Amino acid sequence: MSSTAQLDRQVVEAPKRGLARLNIQLENIASGIVLVLLVIVLGAVSPAFLSFSNFLDIARVVAITGIIAVGMTLVIITGGIDLSVGSTVGLVGAVTASLVAGSVSDNALVSGVKLPVPLAVLVGLAVGALIGLINGLIITRTKIEPFMATLGTMIFVKGLLYLYTGGYPITFDPMPHGYAFLGQGAMFGVPTPVVFFAVAVAVLWWLSRRMSVGRAIYAIGGNPEAARLSGLKVDRTKVFVYTLLGLLAGLAGIILTSRQASADTVIGTGFELIAISGVVIGGTSLTGGRGSVIGSLIGVFIVGVIQNALNLFGASTQIQYVVTGLVLLLAISLDGIARRRRRT
Amino acid sequence: MSATPLLELRGIDKSFGPVQVLRNVDFAVYPGEVTALVGDNGAGKSTLVKCISGIYPTDGGQFFFEGQPVTVNGPRDAAGLGIEVVYQDLALCDNLDIVQNMFLGREKRNGIVLDEATMEQLAGETLAGLSVRTVKSLRQHVSSLSGGQRQTVAIAKAVLWNSKLVILDEPTAALGVAQTAQVLELVRRLADRGLAVVLISHNMNDVFAVSDRIAALYLGRMAAQVKASEINHSQIVELITAGRSGDLGLPPENGAENGAEQAVTVTPGAPQ
Repeated sequence: MSSTAQLDRQVVEAPKRGLARLNIQLENIASGIVLVLLVIVLGAVSPAFLSFSNFLDIARVVAITGIIAVGMTLVIITGGIDLSVGSTVGLVGAVTASLVAGSVSDNALVSGVKLPVPLAVLVGLAVGALIGLINGLIITRTKIEPFMATLGTMIFVKGLLYLYTGGYPITFDPMPHGYAFLGQGAMFGVPTPVVFFAVAVAVLWWLSRRMSVGRAIYAIGGNPEAARLSGLKVDRTKVFVYTLLGLLAGLAGIILTSRQASADTVIGTGFELIAISGVVIGGTSLTGGRGSVIGSLIGVFIVGVIQNALNLFGASTQIQYVVTGLVLLLAISLDGIARRRRRT
Repeated sequence: MSATPLLELRGIDKSFGPVQVLRNVDFAVYPGEVTALVGDNGAGKSTLVKCISGIYPTDGGQFFFEGQPVTVNGPRDAAGLGIEVVYQDLALCDNLDIVQNMFLGREKRNGIVLDEATMEQLAGETLAGLSVRTVKSLRQHVSSLSGGQRQTVAIAKAVLWNSKLVILDEPTAALGVAQTAQVLELVRRLADRGLAVVLISHNMNDVFAVSDRIAALYLGRMAAQVKASEINHSQIVELITAGRSGDLGLPPENGAENGAEQAVTVTPGAPQ
């Protein structure tokens, strides 16, 4: 009996537990509250903002970087980062576009082989997944910091893109319907890119919260040594998340070239930063172990809504960069402050 | 007390390059008993544990588990036999809750989907079976637990798998007085449930509080393995620091002075 009393004393030692739990939940819904407030304020200021067609516009713009952001979320939760996704978007976009019937370019290398649309898309996705696989293998085999490793592949893949296109844009004359559907079509009134984005969010949320691979992803970000001692295949899981992200970046590249009806050497540039911004604004910690796919969904919409509002108010591109940068700095600072508070 | 040891090691040798860390070590662990493994820093305690858990391959010697000769070629073999290790630096993930930590790497599933309800139930039963009443919710994140509670969760994680032998590496090293008592009680309860427990500790009070047997390593050799009731505090300290105490321990010609000399002669061999 005395032992029970002694054990029960332990409970008293952690009185902040209820509050601590509440804090974690507040962190998770903070970005949601910010998004709702933004929508209310902007709706009050500009009635045009609240129109249905404007919402579809935002969703369509957000979808492409959003598809990358949800994949990036899993990578960041394992404690990694991937800077190469922007280059992957460009290379996969160009490769896929060049393989679709009707595509033309002044570069001789590009205009040769043509494939049916589904096959061209599969080849493109495979190229994206391969780049991700290479990232994962470099990071797990050489133990190079993911930041440096993917900085290397970012430049390398960009170089491949220049080599492949010869610097010439790829255009369509005409674009096959099947390919146009991917970026410009709609299903039941919802733009196809938005449908792809919704499916990506659903699948990755399910995978991260309801499957053991998701549990492993969080565990690796929380304590890699504990994950290893618990028998988790740490390296294999890391390779998996980078490959999945490469595949999703490839999908984004395919959708983007379809939507723009062209591929060139600059598309995708800077996408890694937009995606990472969305992930961090959505509450995922850059140190790993904390965050969620749903948070990133909200995060990319916050970025999208701000950019849309600045467009509506006629702000210049320069101002848009400044504002988006400030929002990102604010989100990172809040993450840092929350992390310090958790530690003490 | 049971006649056959659950785990018996005979003549274990282990070297790292020219440095021999374990020499002809015999070690026996009995079910239902707490066996304390003591020794000075560098005596080979951690190496011996890592050999048992399959992390290090041994250079020579035999393993017997439940009287049968076995080979342990990796952590999976050890886990397959029912050997679990609770490491000193607590292999827990702060960002996961208690249930998630206890099942980490061995999740229960329904098809491809995690079976959270079953896992929560099993975790609750295991903690209740160990008479752990200190945690309010099984869904609490480990980061919000005290040091003693974390040690409790780590031990419960080891016990969850119907393990037969649980090895605890300095479980009380970082704990306060009340938490140490709590963990030692848990250690005693494990043995009372019929498990074999190996407790590595530097704290003689802890060792005498819970152990049935004490094994003392001295410079890579097993100085003595005796019942706790047949030895006193100062004898153990002598075994740890000198390798022998009266009739106990390594024979004089092989003992302290000679052993120290050997340890010294081994080291200059390294650069050759």
